Amino acid sequence: MSLQLDFPAVLERWPSFLAGAVLTLELAAFATVLGALLGTLAAVGRGTHNALISGACKVYVETIRNTPLLVQIFLVYFGLASLGLKFSAFTVAVAALTINVGAYTAEIMRAGFEAIPRGQIEAAEGLALSRLQIYWHIILLPAIEKVYPALTSQFVLLMLASSVCSQISAEELTAVANYIQSDTYRAFETYIIVAVLYVILSLVMRAGFWGLGLVLFPRRRRLGTPL
Amino acid sequence: MQQNPSSDSIVSLRDVQKSFGSLRVLDGVSFAVERGEVLALIGRSGSGKSTALRCIDRFEKVDGGEIVVCGHRVDRPDVDLRALRQDVGIVFQSYNLFPHLTIEQNITLAPCAVKGLANSQAKDLARKVLAQVGLEEKLHAYPEQLSGGQQQRAAIARSLAMQPKVMLFDEVTSALDPELTAEVLKVIEQLAADGMTMVMVTHEMGFAKGIADRIVFMHRGKVHETGPASILTSPTTPELTQFVGTGNLKS
Amino acid sequence: MGGHLNINHLMFLGQGALWTIGLSVIALIGGGIVGFVIALARISPLKSVRIASAVYVQLIQGTPLLVILFLGYFGLAAIGLKVSPLAAAGASLTLYVAAYLGEIWRGCIQSVPKPQWEAAEGLALSRTQRMLKVILPQAIRIATPPTVGFMVQIVKNTSLASVVGFVELMRSGQIVNNSLFEPFAIYAIIAVIYFAMCYPLSLFSQRLERRMGRGRSNLAPA
Ligand SMILES: Nc1ncnc2c1ncn2[C@@H]1O[C@H](COP(=O)(O)OP(=O)(O)OP(=O)(O)O)[C@@H](O)[C@H]1O
Ligand SMILES: [Mg+2]
Repeated sequence: MSLQLDFPAVLERWPSFLAGAVLTLELAAFATVLGALLGTLAAVGRGTHNALISGACKVYVETIRNTPLLVQIFLVYFGLASLGLKFSAFTVAVAALTINVGAYTAEIMRAGFEAIPRGQIEAAEGLALSRLQIYWHIILLPAIEKVYPALTSQFVLLMLASSVCSQISAEELTAVANYIQSDTYRAFETYIIVAVLYVILSLVMRAGFWGLGLVLFPRRRRLGTPL
Repeated sequence: MQQNPSSDSIVSLRDVQKSFGSLRVLDGVSFAVERGEVLALIGRSGSGKSTALRCIDRFEKVDGGEIVVCGHRVDRPDVDLRALRQDVGIVFQSYNLFPHLTIEQNITLAPCAVKGLANSQAKDLARKVLAQVGLEEKLHAYPEQLSGGQQQRAAIARSLAMQPKVMLFDEVTSALDPELTAEVLKVIEQLAADGMTMVMVTHEMGFAKGIADRIVFMHRGKVHETGPASILTSPTTPELTQFVGTGNLKS
Repeated sequence: MGGHLNINHLMFLGQGALWTIGLSVIALIGGGIVGFVIALARISPLKSVRIASAVYVQLIQGTPLLVILFLGYFGLAAIGLKVSPLAAAGASLTLYVAAYLGEIWRGCIQSVPKPQWEAAEGLALSRTQRMLKVILPQAIRIATPPTVGFMVQIVKNTSLASVVGFVELMRSGQIVNNSLFEPFAIYAIIAVIYFAMCYPLSLFSQRLERRMGRGRSNLAPA
């Protein structure tokens, strides 16, 4: 086209960019919450003595971690379709992202569980806490606290990776950009703007997780934590 | 590299100030070390001994005062660090041998890289300094294959290979049990007998008394009492009396 | 067109897989070289160099690879710089990998204990000598497991090059699918091939990590 850059012509479309950014955050939020649950379950399952359950969890984690998200999204998309199930692109995207981030969460949580000293559990047993209480207070919460920085970085990476959902026409930020650039013929300006928006989103997410960490873990607040 | 003509001091500190944040660690420290002299820095934990020692080799920058080491104005920002460190050898409490290199390579590294010694010359040198610390047979061992005392002796040999004019020791035996301590102290004693100028931070009062020409007792960032080794047996300040009285002076 | 999966289709997929490996190697070498510079720049004694490299890392790590790819292919084309899909993908992956490897390696360099730096300094070694002879040899050992682990991410990330039309494994799968229209089966085959390339690397990285006796959680841009 021309070497004359014209950002205003693209920025005119800000309502579309905004809608895309909101959808990206929604995708990330759903997948983060669901994926955290799925991943924690998988990490627990991986640690059980039942060989079938722990084997299944291992297969899930390794399969997901060793194949591209793009392939996973298409598999979910066409897999559901071939079963005759019809879902919105948004639902399919959330499902695929959840399955994906669940596997990474499982690995991180497993490291967190392994970092809990045996003595802690024995001390709790000595205090006659129930198994469930021990799991919650002595294992799960301290494990989450230990791996909180790794977990939250993973969730930010998930938000960025959700750009791949543009390939199944979920109307998130990257899909919006693709649409706007084909409409305005200003691909360079469009993708620069979108890149800046993603950087802002990831900074916002990091700040949010940092604040959440202060609320969730008073000890971190007392002792201070780097962002 | 101004010479300081007024004295024959190898190391001299004058009114040295150093703070970490709001914590004043050195508060007007002055002392000097003459050629061939052994100076022992003693004092309670946190009194600033290590900091004073590290200032001499410019591992810490001072906030005020004057430090002259072998003619180098260490307090100045434009001090030639590499020249300074060729003149000064430093040995740490934690040995800090390079784990990926053999003892021989640990020793020859700096003479080759800094002084441009030929490889064969450096190897002869390594053999010589290792003999000095009684470790000839460990030439080709890796640091992890050595005991703590042997590692510390190898670290001393590594410093010696640079033929420094003054050696600094920071509690070089406090990570070792008594038997290994003795073998390291023996090496240092021999160095003193050979006339090496040394500044050592030590908790081994008996050793300090036996080897040091001068004692500097530090207290709260100041030189609280100083004098010949005899001050350990007849201290004049209550603080040093208490310090040597708390079981520090034995063996 | 149409019909069943045959040997020609499989050959085509195999060729795509080779390009996936080729692109991964390009990204690893390019990203490794630039990443090494980034790692050194991040700990430079010059403040401006440290800040510039930190900004680079923050920008790249805050942007999806897909957007970087679009910028490198469609964006540059729109301002008159037409590049091939291979060049766009290679360059984008290089910039992307450099930011991540640079940070991983900076961490490894800085995890060499501080006394080692001081001991080298005390022996009058220059900054370059300290880095080359004392710090880097130790850092490389620390860096090997996470670097091998990151190679898995590189292989997976090359799949995104398919969206700018570079015919690697993913794209060749889509092309085969265009004639067979068996998307689920074909993507399942693609997944298996990716797994066969990535899983050995994962295992190798885990084994290295265990041998080094340090657990390090493996952060991964999916
Ligand atoms: N890099 C640093 N940053 C902040 N504070 C420091 C630093 N190094 C030393 N300090 C503080 O300075 C004070 C003096 O430390 P220094 O290491 O000189 O004491 P020391 O006399 O050698 O004690 P010890 O016998 O325990 O080795 C201590 O309170 C210490 O916590
Ligand atoms: Mg000390």
